[in-house]
Amino acid sequence: MDTPFTYSQMYLLQALGVAFSLALIGFVVEAIRRNRLNERYAILWLAAGAVLLALSIFRPLLHWVALSLGVSYPPSLLFLVSFLFLLVIVLHYSLVLSAQRDAIRRLAQAVAFLERALDETDGARRRE
Amino acid sequence: MRPLVVIPTLNEAANIAAVVDGVRGTCGADVLVVDDGSDDGTAGLARAAGATVLRHACNLGIGAAVQSGFLYAIAHGYDAVVRVDGDGQHDPGFIPVLLDELARDRADIVVGSRFLAREGYQSTVVRRVGIVILGVLSALVGARVTDPTSGYWALNRRALDVLGRWHPDDYPETQSLLLATRAGCRVREVPVVMRPRHAGNSSISTVHAGFYMLKVILAVLIERLRSR
Repeated sequence: MDTPFTYSQMYLLQALGVAFSLALIGFVVEAIRRNRLNERYAILWLAAGAVLLALSIFRPLLHWVALSLGVSYPPSLLFLVSFLFLLVIVLHYSLVLSAQRDAIRRLAQAVAFLERALDETDGARRRE
Repeated sequence: MRPLVVIPTLNEAANIAAVVDGVRGTCGADVLVVDDGSDDGTAGLARAAGATVLRHACNLGIGAAVQSGFLYAIAHGYDAVVRVDGDGQHDPGFIPVLLDELARDRADIVVGSRFLAREGYQSTVVRRVGIVILGVLSALVGARVTDPTSGYWALNRRALDVLGRWHPDDYPETQSLLLATRAGCRVREVPVVMRPRHAGNSSISTVHAGFYMLKVILAVLIERLRSR
């Protein structure tokens, strides 16, 4: 088969893929350990890392999945899936942001009312 | 009737004292300034001018400031609120006029409109076009108003209950009108004369007027889709 890459180059790419996947998983695990990542996101990113790892270790996997779905150029399946994945995540973050904005608003309003009530009792005490 | 004058403000140090004085000079109502996270000392100046001050720890948007005012009025047993802008555009002389409409029970929300009687400050050309388009839009969606972006309102307890529970965020006037109308509140406009702001810049620049319009139209359309 005529390929523009030598075998050593292909192994290098594979090694890079595996290394990147492992780094992602390692980073996520470390973030969980330091309480910097919420579990529900952790599961998501660990799953993403696992999929990337499986694809880079076992290279024909992507071809099998792509061909069985009728996709003639396997990398485009990878692009499609990752694009949709990121799209859903960003949409989810928009929902989270909206909910947090609402919560912050309620909190700030509650604090404003409490401060006002505190001012009143302070003022009353000082007048006595 | 026991009215509360609510003044939502953000960084209006140059105007706030004059506005509070103006209101207190016109009517005997209590004045509440809602400071939406100013960093120029607006809250202190308002307090010195004799207003009660609610202060948001961070900027939440004009809608939240107005809502805080409504919630305060409900919590403290006021039975009407007059909403006055903090930049001096609203002549406090019209406060009794707006309240009079409520007292006669002609409406639950009285809106002071620049366009019923065409005098005084009429805003820039771009914004006028936008306001006319919004007028047509608001007619389409059911509220009969000529000045849907006016923030000079008087509300009775019924309207406060509706808008205190949920109040739109960024550009609240048009959306609030719709929301209240759908909840069964009666809206009525009275002519008022507005002045250009005393000092500083409006939160809406001419450049952004087009964008503002689009956002309001979108918000109004979304408001129709919301289930509440």
